[in-house]
Amino acid sequence: MAIPRFWREIPSRYNLYGSKCGHCGTLDFPPRTVCPECGRRSIGKMESVKLSGRGTVVSWTVIHDAPAAYEMMKPYVLAIVEMEEGCRVTSQIVDVDRAAVKIGMRVEAAFRRLGSEGDAGVIHYGYKFRPST
Amino acid sequence: MRGGLARREVAVIGIGETAFGELWDKSFRDLGIEAGLLAIEDSGITAQDLDAIYVGNMSAGKFIEQEHVSALVADYSGLADQHLPTVRIEGGGACGAIAILQGAMAIASGVHDIVVVGGAEKMTDVADARAGEILSATADQEWESVFGATFAGLYAMMARRHMYEHGTTREQMAQVAVKNHKNGSLNPNAQFQKEITIDTVLKSGWVAEPLTVFDSAPLSDGAAAVVLCAMDRARKFTDTPVRLLGSGQARDFLALHDRRDLTTIDATVVAGKRAFHTASLTPQSVKVAEVHDNFTISEIMAIEDLRFVKKGLGGMATEDGETALNAKISVNTSGGLKARGQPVGAVGIAQAVEVVRQLRGEAGKRQVQGAEVGLTHTLGGTGATAVVHLYGRVN
Ligand SMILES: [Zn+2]
Repeated sequence: MAIPRFWREIPSRYNLYGSKCGHCGTLDFPPRTVCPECGRRSIGKMESVKLSGRGTVVSWTVIHDAPAAYEMMKPYVLAIVEMEEGCRVTSQIVDVDRAAVKIGMRVEAAFRRLGSEGDAGVIHYGYKFRPST
Repeated sequence: MRGGLARREVAVIGIGETAFGELWDKSFRDLGIEAGLLAIEDSGITAQDLDAIYVGNMSAGKFIEQEHVSALVADYSGLADQHLPTVRIEGGGACGAIAILQGAMAIASGVHDIVVVGGAEKMTDVADARAGEILSATADQEWESVFGATFAGLYAMMARRHMYEHGTTREQMAQVAVKNHKNGSLNPNAQFQKEITIDTVLKSGWVAEPLTVFDSAPLSDGAAAVVLCAMDRARKFTDTPVRLLGSGQARDFLALHDRRDLTTIDATVVAGKRAFHTASLTPQSVKVAEVHDNFTISEIMAIEDLRFVKKGLGGMATEDGETALNAKISVNTSGGLKARGQPVGAVGIAQAVEVVRQLRGEAGKRQVQGAEVGLTHTLGGTGATAVVHLYGRVN
């Protein structure tokens, strides 16, 4: 992934900034320019909102066949997490016993290294999840 | 109108496909041309009859570092001096099925009379891990892939949720692979022509839990092509035209996590409704269907979302043999993506080739008896795109 593209995503990947529609209140992550519910009525009314980072596992898998950049991590747990605010995101669950992962499990965001591109490539950082109480 | 194709009727008058598999001795252009020429020969048209070429291709740029493949295919088919308009269509795994829709729309609108629609992919020139990355590029690169989501991983999360909500079992998913390998054993062009057991699937090693190697379609090389013709001219070339009865294409959110329900592909539901509405048919009229089984769970969701069975009962119906050859509805008689192979750009076209074969009564050992209406269902990405076509015998 090109470096400018990577920089553009930093506010959301590092700090979990999403967007809230000023018309209907729907919260989206990553941020959107147009609300999928309201269309053009939402233009200019999308506010930046920071997510709490807390959520619940909706589904999960353990990845055994991974791209080269993720070879070192495998096998790793990947999940779709529904955030407290209602939007859903995809990322890994870390610091967890794989046997303990289940649908409905409560998790919280943690800032981690996501991966890198080749030996001298860019290192990506962002959110992963870990179990919470 | 978002569905359609009622204005001027369209027929398939020629079909062709290569053998599918790891074809190290054949290049992308070899494959595309082989399928195209077979379809043209089958149709009885000559190069002068042809108005345009549509090419479905997912990612030649990444797989073989070649773009502009529509020009390449026309050139090496010996058609350069015809100066035909050629169009390359992308859309992840659905590109071939979209290409058929675009070719048919050009005929339905009256712009063209006869077009060739081909699809090809050469996937085995790159290492397997790289091919996996390229497939993942049809998901959301910035919000799925970069977090470690693989293509199989995303389908695995649909499978896990389907098991959780509907009680689907790993054995039921494995039965999809067993059935499709059995059908593939009757297809001389299939990549895999050996039968397997449920145990083979369950013990074949994880790709992304709960999916194993044998829950997943292979990486393949291959190509397929059809010749489409205005129905009012079709009889000039063939006694067995097959009518395109209706089509639907639909989209949904690109990223899986943004969709309404992980166990339903809404794009399939909508595309199916549009196609059935245009054709004035119901799912019960379909006797033979080629659905997008890139993973075993995908076929289970497809037969539910197309309303062949009730939501949640796809696994059970498969286990009960309702989708086996000449059972209630024959699903993936070619072997599907699972056993026939998955050269992505060719998938939607190869599905059409199989359904046309079935409707013509030319499917040999895997012939479905009394099939009047056939369906193809093709997915792009993790279901951000779905295309459904309905084909019918002309009596
Ligand atoms: Zn809104």
